[in-house]
Amino acid sequence: MKILVQIKRVIDYQVTVRPTADGRNVETAGVKMSINPFDENALEAAVRLKEAGLATEVLAVAIGSAANQDVLRHALAMGADRALLLETEHTLGSLQTAKALKALVAREAPQLVLTGKQAIDDDAAETAQMLAALLDWPQATFASAITLADGVATVVREIDGGQETLQLNLPAVISADLRLNDPRFIKLPALMMAKKKPLETLPLAELGAVEAPALTLEAVNEPPARPAGRVLGNVDELVAALRAAKVLS
Amino acid sequence: MSVLVIAEIDTHGLKTATRSAISAAAQLGGEVHVLLAGENIQGIALQAKEIKGLSKILVADSPEYAQGIAENLSPLVRQLAADYQTIVAAATSFGKNLLPRVAALLDVAMVSEVTQILAPRRFVRPIYAGNLNATVAAPVGQLVLTIRPTTFAPAELQGGAAEVVAVASTGDAGKARFVSRELAVSDRPELATAKVVISGGRSLGSKEAFHATLTPLAEQLGAAIGATRAAVDSGMAPNDWQVGQTGTVIAPELYIAFGVSGAAQHVGGIKDAKIIVAVNTDPDAPIFKVADYGLVADLFTVIPALQSALKG
Ligand SMILES: Cc1cc2nc3c(=O)[nH]c(=O)nc-3n(C[C@H](O)[C@H](O)[C@H](O)COP(=O)(O)OP(=O)(O)OC[C@H]3O[C@@H](n4cnc5c(N)ncnc54)[C@H](O)[C@@H]3O)c2cc1C
Repeated sequence: MKILVQIKRVIDYQVTVRPTADGRNVETAGVKMSINPFDENALEAAVRLKEAGLATEVLAVAIGSAANQDVLRHALAMGADRALLLETEHTLGSLQTAKALKALVAREAPQLVLTGKQAIDDDAAETAQMLAALLDWPQATFASAITLADGVATVVREIDGGQETLQLNLPAVISADLRLNDPRFIKLPALMMAKKKPLETLPLAELGAVEAPALTLEAVNEPPARPAGRVLGNVDELVAALRAAKVLS
Repeated sequence: MSVLVIAEIDTHGLKTATRSAISAAAQLGGEVHVLLAGENIQGIALQAKEIKGLSKILVADSPEYAQGIAENLSPLVRQLAADYQTIVAAATSFGKNLLPRVAALLDVAMVSEVTQILAPRRFVRPIYAGNLNATVAAPVGQLVLTIRPTTFAPAELQGGAAEVVAVASTGDAGKARFVSRELAVSDRPELATAKVVISGGRSLGSKEAFHATLTPLAEQLGAAIGATRAAVDSGMAPNDWQVGQTGTVIAPELYIAFGVSGAAQHVGGIKDAKIIVAVNTDPDAPIFKVADYGLVADLFTVIPALQSALKG
């Protein structure tokens, strides 16, 4: 069984993001980029399924410019067998991404597609569900545990107020939450080995029509700052301030 | 053109977040209808009739909708969508799971976690854990939106007189099966909608200390308890207590953070709180940048002192 893992290259989560000078986008010039943290959980899950003998191949896929080779190498070092860059200079919306992945699924015929539950740049959390819909496959979003047996995936999902367990008939799409696993730390030998693994590039246009409507980004702003606060001397002052603000009785 | 709101039903009935989605839908203009899909939900439909601003309730009462399975619900919504300009749901785990599936079936580029409706096709939504806001425009055609419930006041539960109409089930898609659900039972308020939330970070030290330290104060304040990811990951608190980008986004009247450093991913989930209080031993902790009131102090001495000050 083949597992396809979609990964995204995003601004590193430790970077303080800023709008560009014209306020039309997010500043990426000179900014550290990394693999989306949730996609690392998805990759780790795929690699563990392979290590457990439940999958035969893990294919990591990124969509974007040639710069994405760094996150694909990272994926190979984590244990993916092959990496594929669907190359495009355009920034794709979720539906466009889902359509590109659908076309790729037709070529690669994976039984399972894994990806992060959201990307920490646009925080949209849409692609996995959209891909599942386009393929008419079942989906399990926000997964915190996955077991595979007899063509069925049993998935624990994080939901408001607790968790639930679903069973999906394979093929299926699963999106990973942070608590699915602790992604492995990449050691130097793994990084060296990754250099020898295949990293293929395919122009996105060659996948065929991936026309889809997309949103237009008009502006990016810092949210209004909260008014400056006060450091108080003791608990009594705090209680008095909270009573004055009418948030305590 | 009308708006269809996809309702979310839990063990208590119609979720408050659905009424927030109804308020957002009302801002879009046109009639607001609601789809109630579930099993044995006639009672909930009768309650929902009273919601202000609602003109029609579509009731799909069938066992395959009992557990909110997206594979079963999405064909139903897709079929009903033919009569609507816009489909809206709250950005809860239910709405976030379902609506992208619906949007893809309708070939629509959806807008998720809308916090402001600027014009019928222009919206503000948070990006980068709420550190930035994006203004986005949706192309012509149908709209599919999830709205952040904390930024739209719930529609009032009275004053309405909606018509109730039954709709036929689209059946079981046979792709996903519900196995079980474990929901936390608590007599404290729900984290997402509580007026007061107190939260703890990694510095609480252990699961036992986390509960022993925070629970009595939460009970005294009638507060829900939240936690940082670090506290959740180290097993001190259950995962559904996590506040932030990847947990619950909250907007209580009062938020008190005990031993929380204030990482961007945490702060993104509390920015809309009316008053934020931070208690941290480190005067340089980033949480103080967003706090209205701060105490540079040990949480283990502040909490008992706060408890006795509240009694007096
Ligand atoms: C993709 C991604 C998503 C994330 N999503 C979330 C999210 O949704 N929510 C979230 O919370 N985090 C999230 N995080 C994690 C986040 O980056 C921080 O690591 C986390 O919030 C830190 O938790 P903490 O404040 O408990 O721990 P720490 O950062 O270790 O801070 C502990 C604080 O306690 C203080 N302290 C210690 N002892 C005491 C004492 N006795 N009294 C008072 N203060 C004391 C210290 O001064 C310190 O400031 C995410 C991270 C990533 C990468």
